[in-house]
Amino acid sequence: MVLDFVELSLRDYALLGQATGLNLDFSKIVPNIPFMLQGVGVTLAFTIVSALIGFAWGTILSVFKISTFKPLKWFADFYTSIFRGTPLILQLAIIYFSTPQLIGYAIPPFQAGVITFSLNSAAYSSETIRGGILAVDKGQREAAMTLGVAYPLMMWDIILPQAFKNILPALVNESIALLKDSSLVSTVGALDLMRRGQIVAAEKFIYFEPLIFVGLVYYVMVMTLTWVAQRFERRMRASD
Amino acid sequence: MIRTEFLCKSFGRLDVLKDISTEIKKGEVVAIIGPSGGGKSTFLRCLNLLEVPTRGRVYVDNVDITTPGVDIKKIRQNMGMVFQHFNLFPHKTVLENVTYGPCKVKHLSKADAEKLGLDLLSKVGLEQKAGVYPSRLSGGQKQRVAIARALAMQPEVMLFDEPTSALDPEMVKEVLDVMKELVRSGMTMAIVTHEMGFAREVANRILFLDSGRLAEDAPPDIFFTNPRSERACQFLEKVL
Ligand SMILES: Nc1ncnc2c1ncn2[C@@H]1O[C@H](COP(=O)(O)OP(=O)(O)OP(=O)(O)O)[C@@H](O)[C@H]1O
Ligand SMILES: [Mg+2]
Repeated sequence: MVLDFVELSLRDYALLGQATGLNLDFSKIVPNIPFMLQGVGVTLAFTIVSALIGFAWGTILSVFKISTFKPLKWFADFYTSIFRGTPLILQLAIIYFSTPQLIGYAIPPFQAGVITFSLNSAAYSSETIRGGILAVDKGQREAAMTLGVAYPLMMWDIILPQAFKNILPALVNESIALLKDSSLVSTVGALDLMRRGQIVAAEKFIYFEPLIFVGLVYYVMVMTLTWVAQRFERRMRASD
Repeated sequence: MIRTEFLCKSFGRLDVLKDISTEIKKGEVVAIIGPSGGGKSTFLRCLNLLEVPTRGRVYVDNVDITTPGVDIKKIRQNMGMVFQHFNLFPHKTVLENVTYGPCKVKHLSKADAEKLGLDLLSKVGLEQKAGVYPSRLSGGQKQRVAIARALAMQPEVMLFDEPTSALDPEMVKEVLDVMKELVRSGMTMAIVTHEMGFAREVANRILFLDSGRLAEDAPPDIFFTNPRSERACQFLEKVL
């Protein structure tokens, strides 16, 4: 049903294209649409897994950054500067291509992607989380200290929940960036949305239509995520 | 109970406390008063090491808590503290605020902690607010919850830092009433306050801190009628 409709309107477009002298024919890619849409699952799985691991590791790094034990702080700062100071695509290439060379493990593209993006997103989110922790009123810390609460417990129960709440919008924005950047895994051959668009393009020798289609799907995903985040944020603000 | 010897505290070049030697005996109620910036809060915060003294000693139950290796968490459990700005945990309900210490620090069972918590909330007249979040409370109610939270650790001493200064005038009385009840129960208390009437009524001794010096240490009758120091006279003229 829906596909019929898509096909129909795409034909209209094709006619339009011919009428205006442009060589556009969206109907050509209609049979490939299911194949391309399967990439949505891959892209989403990839984004969600990387975001979660990146968030967990980023939280640990952020706690290192505010630690009074200097070596931990140095490590976390250095780590962040490395991942922020080099291109993401280079990091991906290093992990994908040099893992087999170094430890003899033929790492699958998806795994290489998840590792790279988790490590990279941790570097960025650790800065955001650090900011969130520092923004928590210092009276909270003092209240916990006067109850005799140990530092790790205080972090976990009192400080981090409030920090996360403060920075939720920023974390969602980072996830959105991650969703878009995830298209880079296509360069090592993971069958994500982007890669599938390119495959269709190569098969059919048409570029504009499949790439525009893929772009539209990314756009819808990003807009949906943005919308959900805004609703969520509004609800949380109402609860304050 | 608490004794300080030549307690000094500097922030950088600013000497905030200068050789404070005094004692708070068991069951005593001591009011700490003086002009703004005189070091009252800093003195109080040195007593449970929220501020680390630059020099001098602080003894709690004859243990010098400024020596390295003292288990300060253990000592803080025994010293409740109430802050000017309440510092309730905003992401926990009123009852959770009160039971947090007993549950997580003293490892009471949830049932025991809640029984204790509800009992304390009823003592401060707020048992019907047990399930709500602090943001729903008035200032006076927040401060009463904060007192209950501190009492839940069953401390031997209670430290108050201007507990009514952030309150609207009509809410001051409800908090002072709770504190008077505490005085009647025989609690050892150190109270930084600008409420002269209250200090005169409940305190056994007045400590007058001016520019970091302990300018007077006298019973209220003597302090309010016959202060020895020039500065205390000037201060009393202004506030009475
Ligand atoms: N963490 C800090 N760093 C630097 N200076 C500080 C710090 N805490 C307090 N001070 C300074 O120490 C002095 C004494 O401060 P304190 O808060 O103890 O005074 P106070 O008597 O409690 O005053 P108030 O009645 O206004 O609360 C002030 O000049 C203050 O600016
Ligand atoms: Mg003060």
